[in-house]
Amino acid sequence: MAELHVELVAADRKVWSGAATIVVARTASGDTGIMPGHTPVLSVLETGPVTIRTVDGGTVIAAVHGGFISFADNKLSLLAEIAELADEIDVARAERALEQAKADLDAHAERRAEVRLFAARGLKAHA
Amino acid sequence: MGAQLRVYKRRIRSVTATKKITKAMEMISAARIVKAQRAVAASTPYADELTRAVTAVATRSNAKHPLTTENPNATRAAILLVAADRGLAGGYSTNAIKAALSLSERLRAEGKDVVTYIVGRKGVSYYTFRNLAVGNSWTGFSDKPTYGDAKMVAADLIEAFTAETGGVDELHLISTEFVSMLTQNAVEARLLPLKLDDVQLSDQTPAKTEIFPLYDFEPSAEGVLDALLPRYVESRIYNALLQSAASEHAARRRAMKSATDNAGELIKSLTRLANSARQAEITQEISEIVGGANALADASRGSE
Repeated sequence: MAELHVELVAADRKVWSGAATIVVARTASGDTGIMPGHTPVLSVLETGPVTIRTVDGGTVIAAVHGGFISFADNKLSLLAEIAELADEIDVARAERALEQAKADLDAHAERRAEVRLFAARGLKAHA
Repeated sequence: MGAQLRVYKRRIRSVTATKKITKAMEMISAARIVKAQRAVAASTPYADELTRAVTAVATRSNAKHPLTTENPNATRAAILLVAADRGLAGGYSTNAIKAALSLSERLRAEGKDVVTYIVGRKGVSYYTFRNLAVGNSWTGFSDKPTYGDAKMVAADLIEAFTAETGGVDELHLISTEFVSMLTQNAVEARLLPLKLDDVQLSDQTPAKTEIFPLYDFEPSAEGVLDALLPRYVESRIYNALLQSAASEHAARRRAMKSATDNAGELIKSLTRLANSARQAEITQEISEIVGGANALADASRGSE
């Protein structure tokens, strides 16, 4: 099966890298799925979950806050200021952050917390 | 114990205490350099990918952006100086401050007003003590900067650069480059307006030599560039902060190592002095006893 090489990089560390069959991410113009052989693309990422289907059939979900996606030569780079893998996310903390954000009426913080919760729960649903 | 000897003993005790402290600081710094270097290495994949993306957009489109447009009659320049929060790091902060002062001298000679932004308490105290104007300053993270810190600094600078009125036309960065454990250089670089020909990857190769594929930009080349450039500036500042932190630790380690060595030397020479003082005391006592005994013997011989 065709595969593409994925690098998920946060500002201060490399979060995940490996081979995948499809990557779904939320860009400024909506959810985009990228499969091997996609036309070269460079677009802006929104705060949202990124789903990576690995070649061995597994799923990696990460919460990504702001950044870019660039694909060329079968190599996909996901650059994010902050990126967390689903199993790194502290659900209790994210829930607290969500409540706090709702109380403060901070739409950005609320969205970030929601995405983290979504990513963390999404992984559980797959497992 | 004689007065002289007691003074030497006291000085040896005090120098030994100092040596213990400098030795501890040396070891702490040595441990932190490794961590700081690891942080620099961990941030390079992001910085390189971002550099590639910026160059790709800029070469594949004719998008004009305020952050890349040169103002032909620039009148105001900003300098971001990265110094240390704490002292005892040899010439680390001083070298950076000197570089900043000579750069602002040069910019003034070109007829530009200079605004200085400072990271690190040592830089701030140098400028405020001499009543030099400071645009804005940030302290408290010089030895362990996070991306959030860099973002905070960058946000202010970008705002100053893009401001319609009263903004700056150029942004220069003075930081300390970590070459090796023994060599750290204060370096200056112009961050804004961005010259794409000068954009380099982390291994110093110019990014423009690469051939980029024909990307589809979403939402548009301008939109992507709009979002990319501030991130690029942030990542440059983040990298400078990390390198400076590594340099600070290396400079402190070296300064503390020579302080420890000097304390050792001092203890050695003081011990020699104390020994000779003790010996002199003993010699004096013996000659006093012998002299006394002789005098007694002479006196008793005379009475017989």
